[in-house]
Formats: sequence, C-alpha cells, structure tokens
Amino acid sequence: MSALLEVEALTKHFPVRRGLLGRATGLVRAVDGVSFTIDAGTTLGLVGESGCGKTTTSKLVLGLERPTAGAIRFQGENVLALDRAQLRRYRRAVQAVFQDPYASLDPRMRVGAIVAEPLVINERLDRAARRRRVLELLDLVSLPARAADLFPHEFSGGQRQRVAIARALALSPRLVVLDEPVSALDVSIRAQILNLLRDLQQRLGVSYLFIAHDLGAVAHMSHTIAVMYLGQIVEWGPADVVAREPRHPYTQALFAAALPIDFDTPREEVVLSGEVPSPLRPPAGCRFHPRCPHAMARCASEEPPLRPHATRQVACHLY
Amino acid sequence: MSRPVVDVRDLHTHLVTRWGTVKAVDGVSFSVGEGETLGLVGESGSGKSMTCLSLLRLVPRPAARILGGQVWLDGEDLLAKSEAEMRKIRGRRIAMILQDPMSSLNPVFSIGMQMREAVALYHGLRGRGLAARAAELLAAVRIPSPAERLRAFPHQLSGGMRQRVVGAMAIAAPPRLLIADEPTTSLDLTIQAQYLGLLEELQERHRLALVFVTHNLGIVARICDRVAVMYAGRIVEMGPVRRLFTRPAHPYSRALLESIPRLGARAARLTAIEGQPPDLARLPAGCAFAPRCPSVMDRCRVETPPETVVEAGHVTRCWLEAPGAGAPAGGRPA
Repeated sequence: MSALLEVEALTKHFPVRRGLLGRATGLVRAVDGVSFTIDAGTTLGLVGESGCGKTTTSKLVLGLERPTAGAIRFQGENVLALDRAQLRRYRRAVQAVFQDPYASLDPRMRVGAIVAEPLVINERLDRAARRRRVLELLDLVSLPARAADLFPHEFSGGQRQRVAIARALALSPRLVVLDEPVSALDVSIRAQILNLLRDLQQRLGVSYLFIAHDLGAVAHMSHTIAVMYLGQIVEWGPADVVAREPRHPYTQALFAAALPIDFDTPREEVVLSGEVPSPLRPPAGCRFHPRCPHAMARCASEEPPLRPHATRQVACHLY
Repeated sequence: MSRPVVDVRDLHTHLVTRWGTVKAVDGVSFSVGEGETLGLVGESGSGKSMTCLSLLRLVPRPAARILGGQVWLDGEDLLAKSEAEMRKIRGRRIAMILQDPMSSLNPVFSIGMQMREAVALYHGLRGRGLAARAAELLAAVRIPSPAERLRAFPHQLSGGMRQRVVGAMAIAAPPRLLIADEPTTSLDLTIQAQYLGLLEELQERHRLALVFVTHNLGIVARICDRVAVMYAGRIVEMGPVRRLFTRPAHPYSRALLESIPRLGARAARLTAIEGQPPDLARLPAGCAFAPRCPSVMDRCRVETPPETVVEAGHVTRCWLEAPGAGAPAGGRPA
C-alpha cells in the first residue's frame, strides 16, 4: 500500500499579540513537529485532549492554515509548493465532515442544493446530470431521493450528518477529515453513522483522518492510531496494538480513562494528577513529565524522540 | 433497606408547546438510598433532565407543569410544599451540578464571593470563620492553594477546576441528595477520571444519595450501583448495573449496549439501532420504542407495556417480559 498523505515534522506556532502595537509576546506551539502517514483506503485515528493540536493538525491538512515549518505530501506531491490550480485540485481531493451538522449546513438551502454546491463550484455539469449525481450521493448515504427537496431543519441530527457526508463525497475525494463526526449525535444514532462511514470506505476506497475523543469509536474505526499531547505525537501504531497494549504512560492513562462497559475486562486505573499545561509554556524535556507516574530525572531535561518499539512508535525514555 | 433518601412515585411532567403537549416525564418512579448512586441514562429528549428539574421543582414555567405524582425526600412530599419551603430545600437538602460549570458560576464575582454566599446561607457563618470554611470546601475538592483561589474569577480557572468549584458549592450544606446532570461531559478524559474519583469520595464522606445523569454507559459502569434507562419520558428498565449490563431485559437497553464500540479489535460492524429517536409531540400508541424495536409484536403498537419485575430489584416495561404475554417471563427473544 502506498502512502496517500505524508506529514513530516509539521509545525504550527501561533504568535500571541498583546497591546496597542500588537507585538508578539509569546508563541502557542499548537503543533510541534508532527509526522504521520495515511495509506490509501485506511483510517488514521487522531486522539488527545482539548488543546493537544488535533484540530490544528486537521486544518493544516485541509489547507486552511499554513504551517510554520514541515512538509505535507499528497500522493507524493508537496502540497505547500502547489500553484493555484493544483491547490484547487488538492482541495477537491481532501474534504471534511465536522462535528455539528446543525452548524455545518445552511438552514436556508435545500438539501439537494447543499449536496450539489461542490459540483456547481468545481464541475461543469448540466442541471440534469447534477440532479442525477445528487440523487446518487443521497442514495450512497441511505437518504431517500425526496430528501433533496427538503430543508435541513426537517431532518434529525443523524440524517443531517448523512447530508454532510454526502456533500463531502460529492467530488469523489481521496481523503476525508472527520472531526468528531458523531459526538453531537444521539447515542442510539452513532452506530448507524460509524457503520455508514466504514461501508463507504470499503466501497469507495477513501481514506479518513478520524478525530474523536471517544476512544471506543476511534479503536473501532481506525487502522492506525496516533496519540497527541501538547502538540506532539507521543505514540503511533496499528490501532489494536495501541488500544490493547498502550506503551506511553499518557496513552495508558487515556485508555484507562476511556471507561469500558464490560465488567470483566481487567483494567488498571491510572488517574493522572494535575492538568494539561499551557501550550504557551510547554514543560522542558518530555512535555508529559510533570504528570507522568513514571517520570525519571532525565525526563525533565531531555526530550524523548518518537522511536520505533516493535510495531509502533513511542516517544518515551522508558523504551 | 432503610428508608430511601428520595422516593419518586409516578411523576408526570408535561410541556405545552406549539406542536402539542409533550409528556416529558410520563409516570417515572424510582428511589435512591443513602450512599447509593443511581445512573439515569437515555438520549436527548428522553426526559432525564426534566425528571431532575422536577425533583427540585425548577421546571421551566409556564410551558412545563408537574401534573402528578409524589417526590418524597426523607418522608416529606416536595410536591406539596410551598415555594418558600422549596427555596429552603434547594441547595441545602438537594444540590445539583450541571454540565457546564460556567452556567452555574457568575463571571463577574470572585470564586470566594460565590463560595461565601453559599456557606453563609447554609451555615450562618460570618467573617473569618466564613472565609476559612470556604477555603476548606475548596481543599475538599482538591483545589491546590485554596486560599489564593478564592480571589480568582471563574475565567481564570480551567474547566476541570471550575467544575470542582461547583462541586464544592454543591456539598457546602452538605445536602442529602446530589443530582449531577452530565457533570463530566465538558471535561477531558483524564480530567473526567479525576472528577469521578472526587465525586465518589465526597459521596462516601457525606453519605449522599447521588443521581447521576449521563448518556455515557462507561461512566455508569464505573460509578453507579443501579441504573434506570429512560426512553420517551418513561423508565423502560431499571436494575443493578451489572445485572442490567450483562442481562438487559428491554430491547432498547440491549440495543444500546450492543451499539457501543468497544476497545479492542476492529469489530466487523456495530449493531445499530434503526430509525430515529421519537418525536415526543407525536408518540405512537403503545410502546414508544415499538417502531425501532427488533422484537416488536402486534400488541406493542396498541397497548403500553406495564412495569414487570424480571427479578428482585430489576424491572422493565416490555411485553416480552410481561407475564402471560408473548414470551414467558424472563424469556429472551430470538
């Protein structure tokens, strides 16, 4: 399998400006040297707590933010060096579905027009062809054809998310960024949408960058999982390996906090003390060391690089 | 068991809207004892929050009205109390923690001002004793350097810290019953783990009866003794957590438990619940879950299933379990 998307040492710093002259007084290291790859037809699950840089990473991949440093390669091409026409093609190939289908759909547009909008902008299709394509897309996400003539408010949350997925698929993208796609939905609807996303991947061979804080859903959806903490990836590997035998102390605590519903799975309780430090002043050495139950002297001074450990990569001095 | 702290019997709360009358709480009964935790689960609109607000008699008026039932708190019926009497009960004997701590804290007053208000009200303290008690409460919820934190404003604290402050105010009295309505939904996973540990500790210390509202079944498995599953304003199943999670009797509880992705391997497919959550203004006749139920029978679409005891302490509302109807009691559908 070839890598569809390669991200290398990706970095995004936001200056913090203060005062009348707007002088930069600090840097938020939102994403700090993140590398990963997504193979064609697979899902990378990106997990971590709020402020860890997941969403900034997804914005960089979507081309909504320009990185401070690092490289993004899509099908071997450097995305940051693309000219306007090429960038336009890249943006067609990389689409997004967001958390809240109440906010991401224009309430004044009919569903047919919402799904057709990417086609209107990017493709020269006549009305009849466009209508055919819209109905095809609605069918793909299991919505009836009559949905095209209705407004978003006539749908429930789960159905709206189907509309958002249909719109994201309109231009046959190679990669879809799914930013918390089921978090806003009712519990009984989540499984429907997760199943739909997996069926679509199988049928269309599309890749997903799946961002979520529900670790059960991430483990279920992903082929590989990357765990972020304060702008860096601390562990990255095959999903079942990372979920079942997490190695990094932070991953261990995170997965221990993802309360399972089965009683008989033996589990260790790892309750972390303290809170996530500010990305304005990340701790020296390993960024996790102030909260780490296994912290050693060198953790405070020496930053552990992401190193291979069996089938995964871990950034920790323990390994 | 000794007398429960709170005993809710056949509670009915209706909402009058433009689209008709919504039976938000439709004959709900449960009780919670000292030191016990009852989990209240269900999707949005199932009536969890409206049930809790009804206990405090804080339903949004004039749209919502409590139309029937009793809420016994230590042997007194709250629904028969005057508004002045209720005001003395809220906060003092029943406290509530909401999902978003910012909606419980006033942004323009310091934490200290807000803490002191609660403490002064419940304990009649003043001056130095008051400040000391407020700091003590902050220390009890594990807030580092509490004396300094009293001078801070809500926006200077993180989400987890704010929720701790709300927790500290909730136990200021301390109350007999604590209602926690999705208190960890806005918190990060590792902070959630800390907060759940803290709640358990507070509960143990004060022997609180705790009603924990959530849609996260993992949290229920972690901290609740018993769980009540709500659907369309009714409790469709209630029982000890382990029993209900391992041998659910109601098709909705079973489907809900099966639809949740579990940590571990990439399972082939999740068992999804078909259809959409019900429109409360247009509920079908009979069982509200019938249109989505995999084991639906003709009777389900006509008659509302009665509450049936599956086993001591485990009740459900489903025709499959009703004696002499459909399957034998305790029988499982194919």
